[in-house]
Amino acid sequence: MSEWLERHIPKMVLAPSFAAILIFVYGFIGWTAWVSLTKSKLLPKYDIVGLFQYDRLFASPRWDTAIDNLFIFGFLFIVISMILGLLLAIMLDQKIRTEGALRTIFLYPMALSLIVTGTAWKWILNPGLGLEATVKGWGFESFTFDWLVNPDMAIYTVVIAGVWQASGFVMALFLAGLRSVDQEIIKAAQVDGIPTWRIYSAIIIPSMAPIFLSAFIVLAHLAIKSFDLVIALTGGGPGYATDLPATFMYTMAFSRGNIGQAASSAMVMMAVVFAIVVPYLYSELRAKNDG
Amino acid sequence: MTDDIHSTSQTNMIGKLALRWGLYILLCLFALYYLMPLFVMVTTSLKSLDEIRTGSLVALPRDVTFAAWGTAWSSACTGIQCEGLRPYFWNSVLLAVPAVLISTLIGAINGYVIAKWRFKGANLIFSLMLFGCFIPFQVVLLPMARMLGLMGMAGSITGLIFVHVVYGIGFTTLFFRNYYVTIPTELVKAAKVDGAGFFRILWEIFLPLSLPIIVVTIIWQFTQIWNDFLFGVSFSQAGTQPVTVALNNIVNSTTGVKEYNVDMASAIIAALPTLVVYVVAGKYFIRGLTAGSVKG
Amino acid sequence: MAPILEIKNLYKNYGSLNILKDVNVSIGSGDFLVLVGPSGCGKSTLLNCIAGLEPISGGSIEIGGQDMTHVSPKDRNIAMVFQSYALYPTMTVAKNITFGMKVRGVEKAEQDIKLAEVARQLQIEPLLSRRPAQLSGGQRQRVAMGRALVRDPKLFLFDEPLSNLDAKLRVEMRTEIKKLHQNLGASMVYVTHDQIEAMTLATKIVVMKGGVVQQIGTPAEIYSKPANLFVADFMGSPAMNLIPAKAKKNGSGYNVIIERAGGEPLVLHEKRTKKLPANVVVGLRPEDIGDAQYRKGRDLHVSSCQVDVVEPAGADTFVLMSLGGKEVTARLHAETGATPGKEIEFAFDMKKLSYFDADTGDRLELQ
Repeated sequence: MSEWLERHIPKMVLAPSFAAILIFVYGFIGWTAWVSLTKSKLLPKYDIVGLFQYDRLFASPRWDTAIDNLFIFGFLFIVISMILGLLLAIMLDQKIRTEGALRTIFLYPMALSLIVTGTAWKWILNPGLGLEATVKGWGFESFTFDWLVNPDMAIYTVVIAGVWQASGFVMALFLAGLRSVDQEIIKAAQVDGIPTWRIYSAIIIPSMAPIFLSAFIVLAHLAIKSFDLVIALTGGGPGYATDLPATFMYTMAFSRGNIGQAASSAMVMMAVVFAIVVPYLYSELRAKNDG
Repeated sequence: MTDDIHSTSQTNMIGKLALRWGLYILLCLFALYYLMPLFVMVTTSLKSLDEIRTGSLVALPRDVTFAAWGTAWSSACTGIQCEGLRPYFWNSVLLAVPAVLISTLIGAINGYVIAKWRFKGANLIFSLMLFGCFIPFQVVLLPMARMLGLMGMAGSITGLIFVHVVYGIGFTTLFFRNYYVTIPTELVKAAKVDGAGFFRILWEIFLPLSLPIIVVTIIWQFTQIWNDFLFGVSFSQAGTQPVTVALNNIVNSTTGVKEYNVDMASAIIAALPTLVVYVVAGKYFIRGLTAGSVKG
Repeated sequence: MAPILEIKNLYKNYGSLNILKDVNVSIGSGDFLVLVGPSGCGKSTLLNCIAGLEPISGGSIEIGGQDMTHVSPKDRNIAMVFQSYALYPTMTVAKNITFGMKVRGVEKAEQDIKLAEVARQLQIEPLLSRRPAQLSGGQRQRVAMGRALVRDPKLFLFDEPLSNLDAKLRVEMRTEIKKLHQNLGASMVYVTHDQIEAMTLATKIVVMKGGVVQQIGTPAEIYSKPANLFVADFMGSPAMNLIPAKAKKNGSGYNVIIERAGGEPLVLHEKRTKKLPANVVVGLRPEDIGDAQYRKGRDLHVSSCQVDVVEPAGADTFVLMSLGGKEVTARLHAETGATPGKEIEFAFDMKKLSYFDADTGDRLELQ
């Protein structure tokens, strides 16, 4: 009897977590998907009407703005973070004496809540009292930096704050990657007389391809989930100029009482994440299981 | 001939030195870029409102005053109430400590099962859990709100703990599983021959070996949960909000005069726990961030 | 006397993969059984099945006369030493050894007595309060054995315990294990891929390949009468010469004809058997091909062959020549005058010849 127990204990122990994941992740995704196919407003209705909500969604100018913002913000955020992270990593890789301290400085923003980050940058970019005022005070009377309240430029402030927060993490990833390159290859290249910058561009960086991928995945993931940052920095404004799908969804769900739109926008977010993450996870798990 | 070599090597040395100095200067500039917001937050929180309005953003405070801090802690307005951050700070503590401990414990047991007690479907279950880490939480907000209501946990800290535990299981399991995979399975076999069963092996052999990963997991989970806003703002009510929600309320409240120094002080208070953890145990924090990402 | 271990018709599958096929082995008390074969032959899997760490798909396992097929490892009366020793890293040596007793609920006093006894036997008393990380490879092996000894089992199982040691240490520890076996009179099942270890330690050898038992026998039997080409080639160092030949009936015996490049074939007159197929493989160990100058005796066929390569090896000199299209090794005296290209007279010991069917590879019994 206890042999049967011994054999099944591992499964039994894992079962509650598995059940929780099934219900609270996959079950809930299913629920949201279902509701996104109904005409639910304040309360959920369960009669499926088809793609009504999605039609509405894609016709909504506010959603258009949100999606545009997602692409602008996503692209800039990911690219600038990667470049900056790589640059910092390469610089730190040059046997800097204060490397430990510098690493701590570059990385500490990651330890902060995005609300804190948003709050800090909101203050810094405050047109009347922040950076603009300071530079003006230094004598540059015509300097303007009112991006925060400018509907066309506000989204770029989110980029600035986001990059500040995440580039340190990218730097940490890349630094670890740079250091994991076989030292003997580098020595051979140095003996061959290849200049340092060439060693980086031709040998080290190409061998870091998997890390670029990891960084991309994490950054893309952060970009899509960006909610806290926008709320704190711009509140989605001015108007809804800095709306992102995440804030759009929240507004629909909790302020506008339109569950149908909330569900459909959430499902679109889900689809984007799915499209990026699933191929990555699949190839990762394949490699881990083969190896 | 020798003059040429001498001069080229000299220019080479100067060139290298210039490059080195350039590097340090560049790094310094970047360091300033990263430190600037923190510096601004601290200095602003120590200034009076007058000084803020008349002075420059980056100037040090002329007269240091801690008044803003006092306001932030005990009397700032978060909507209707004006009790400062203190009750909400406490809410975050009540939320984070159990959530971190429970999710870490569950992650340890799950990781142990998946890494060392392979059975049919274990890998599939792990993949499903792993994918759960990546979903945008917007997609579970609505059903979770309803479910919490049905379970009688709507707007309560218990409810928040529940939410954080459920959605933390994926990551904690991943951390422990990756760690336990590096422990030789022969250890389990030897213990089986010695007569030890599932729980004894976990308790007497694996957990004593797990200190490094426990630290990493706790730091990671604490940072995630303390800094969370989305779950906090979706599932809490006026009295049960965590400190991040309260902070946002203070900063974005539309009533009265904007007290920037109070805003900054509040932000620092909200950020302190995770910042302190980072400074003290940063090494482990970085390990947690890169766990699974670098090796791929 | 009842066998201490009896394996009957054992099958093991992993999904649709056949890992072990119809294994039948039995050993008596005090036997040292070695499971030997190349990587992937299933020897470790078989050991794990005997231990109860892996379930079996068919057949039965009896230990000490009791059916243990479905019994968990801790109740099988076995002890196991692993390749990496698998010592519990966070426990002291003493705790490592007494862990099993603690789990079984043995009284502390008795634990201490048994610990002291085993520590004295293996001379690890000064190590008792150290952690595994502080021990050398040889010391760890002894602790692992101590952990096994203290269980007082009917059967000791060893899973390639010497593979992680350097060459010199390996020879030392091999002798220690042999001494242990002699002193305790214990029954042991030992897995290794090193056929020298197998030959020196075993009282009985099981040669495996691809999950199938190739031959079971004493080291002498395996050495001089290998059951098929694989065993003939795998066991013994240097390997047995396996030379393709043709057999032609000649009266009541056979002429075994071995081609030689650019010359007359070598013809051996086999009188011991009345039946040989046309295509055979002749097996002869290097030490059974000698320098005719020094080897005298009956049942020697002398023939002159050309030397290709000469390899001095201290007390012996190995000489390679080409027969039947293969490189054949002969073990000669150190003082042989053989040089490459020279023709010398070799003496082939006819008594030691083995014959294998060229198609099936099986040994041909002499009838």
